[in-house]
Amino acid sequence: MTAQDVMFWLLAGGSVGAAIAVVTVRSIFRAAILLAVCFMAIAGLFVLLNADFLAVVQVLIYVGAVSVLLAFASMLTRDAETGNAANSLRVPALLGAALFFVLLSSIALETDWVLMEGSLPAATLDRVHEVLSATPMWLAGLLLKEWVLPFEVASVLLLAALLGALVVVRERQP
Amino acid sequence: MSLQNFLLLSAVLFSIGLYGALTRRNAVGVLMSIELMFNAVNVAAVAVSRYVTPAALRADPSATADAVVQHVLTGQVFTIFVIAVAAAEVALGLAIVIAVFRSRGTVDLTQVNLMKR
Repeated sequence: MTAQDVMFWLLAGGSVGAAIAVVTVRSIFRAAILLAVCFMAIAGLFVLLNADFLAVVQVLIYVGAVSVLLAFASMLTRDAETGNAANSLRVPALLGAALFFVLLSSIALETDWVLMEGSLPAATLDRVHEVLSATPMWLAGLLLKEWVLPFEVASVLLLAALLGALVVVRERQP
Repeated sequence: MSLQNFLLLSAVLFSIGLYGALTRRNAVGVLMSIELMFNAVNVAAVAVSRYVTPAALRADPSATADAVVQHVLTGQVFTIFVIAVAAAEVALGLAIVIAVFRSRGTVDLTQVNLMKR
């Protein structure tokens, strides 16, 4: 077992444990805090996958913004202490989720994945490793060249969401 | 640490999120579960693009560096857009939750049944 394997199992265990706690814990505020823990573990997994930029984005947006926003929303609405109860669908939902997990895991295990290590010539593989060792730089080039149109559309979407959220929560004058 | 490990982890996280989205009574709890599912999908996308050979590179082993970059980082670009859309979704979702709470005094989804009648 290498150090990377140890880190993977620690982060995987942490993220799964925190995720289970999010959907079972009674207090919705605690669920928001545990969600931040889960997002931090996933940021660590991104580092293991050579996605440094995504790890930073994950910490900034998910841990820093989304979790805090959810914590605020849980405090603005009532029943923050005990408001995370389950509805009457618990058993069918558990069965459905378990079945879906069996489906997904059998796809992951049965598919004959063609991995890059072993199927690419050494020169190309070297180039791949070179790219993976400095992904932020290459990502910047990709986002502002090949994917510049979706990139701009995403900013319009965020602006529309911002204005939409303002309109929805605005106090209506009678 | 292999592709299968990451995909199985992603499947576990997605199933937990699915269970949570189906069973939570609190609308904020449902949004949290949906965020879990988004993250599971992101992990799967990044892992697949990190380990699996892109079809274009399999056909053309003498590809240039630019082609390699474009194919190897696709999953990460997708994930950036997923994160952007998820941020927009959670902002609007919470705005709707606050608006529902203001008009009906509860965020219990079993009580929000105006369209039933």
